[in-house]
Amino acid sequence: MKVSELVEKLGLKVFSGKEGLDREIEGGYTSDLLSDVMGHADAGQLWITLQTHKNVMAIASLKDLSAIILVKDFEPETDCIAQSEEEGIAILGTNEEAFEISGKIYNLLNQ
Amino acid sequence: MNQFRADLHIHTVLSPCGDLEMSPTNIIRAAKNKQLDLIGITDHNSTRQCAVIQELGKREGIFVLCGAEVTTKEEAHCLAFFETDEALNNFQEYLDTHLPDIKNDPDLFGYQVAVDEEDEICYEEERLLISALDQSIDKIEEKVHALNGIFIPAHVNKGKNSIISQLGFIPMDLKTDALEISKHVSKEGFLLKNKYLKSNVFIKSSDAHIPELIGEVFTIFEMEALSFAEVVKALKGIDNRKVITE
Repeated sequence: MKVSELVEKLGLKVFSGKEGLDREIEGGYTSDLLSDVMGHADAGQLWITLQTHKNVMAIASLKDLSAIILVKDFEPETDCIAQSEEEGIAILGTNEEAFEISGKIYNLLNQ
Repeated sequence: MNQFRADLHIHTVLSPCGDLEMSPTNIIRAAKNKQLDLIGITDHNSTRQCAVIQELGKREGIFVLCGAEVTTKEEAHCLAFFETDEALNNFQEYLDTHLPDIKNDPDLFGYQVAVDEEDEICYEEERLLISALDQSIDKIEEKVHALNGIFIPAHVNKGKNSIISQLGFIPMDLKTDALEISKHVSKEGFLLKNKYLKSNVFIKSSDAHIPELIGEVFTIFEMEALSFAEVVKALKGIDNRKVITE
């Protein structure tokens, strides 16, 4: 599934990195420990988190993740947005909690 | 130049996880027993126990840096120290403003009390001090430096509540005055795995929550005298002052 399809299906907010909406989603990873994501997320995965620091983008880029979803109406910090545009990886948002949004995405990806 | 032995990360009875034995008298006594010259008082998100210890330290010949161990929004622990009462009080207001209003449950987390020199309780903090502030690490660093304070990410080698566990790596543009490592690693061992940090100054401290562990590990400050300005010079490595860490 492409990131853009997921945005449409779940009504996600797109903060930045529209270029990245064309990326293919290969699975998901839910974690707020960036060291954990750095060690264990796989390329193409969608990352669900509440962290908004610009290091989020650095790690998404390093791991070649397909997109980031910020939960609970959290908003990315300004320098995080700038890096998202630069890297072409979208930062998305939802008002739901990590548990709910992860569950919905899991179901959509495993239909 | 003189060498001073420092342990800049010590909790008191005010921290919920700090032992009730961590009173001003016991802390200063333990510091003297361990031949420390310089200690840092760093309770979780509060500076309210420090003044009494600083005053007692003055009489007993222990130089006390007042500060706190701040929990950033990302849940990274960072040490902050201030030279003047005015700066310290200003920072306390900042902590009061940005700590969420979650009540402490002493049965679950421990007591959060400040005591006077006679160990009489003179203050109880109602809000849970181990919560995270609603401010990012960058914002907190800016605030500390705006007050001419010292900003040191704590126990950066640890797998929890360290800037590296929370943010994956230390952002190049974060203005730190030093990085703290815990007793579990040597500076050389840590740098083997984190080569990008080799130009940083490191301190090692105990993070003591009980008197017996105060000064278990320490940092040597090579400087002229015991003062806040000299500590800053040693951290910056200027005028031949320096910091020596194992």
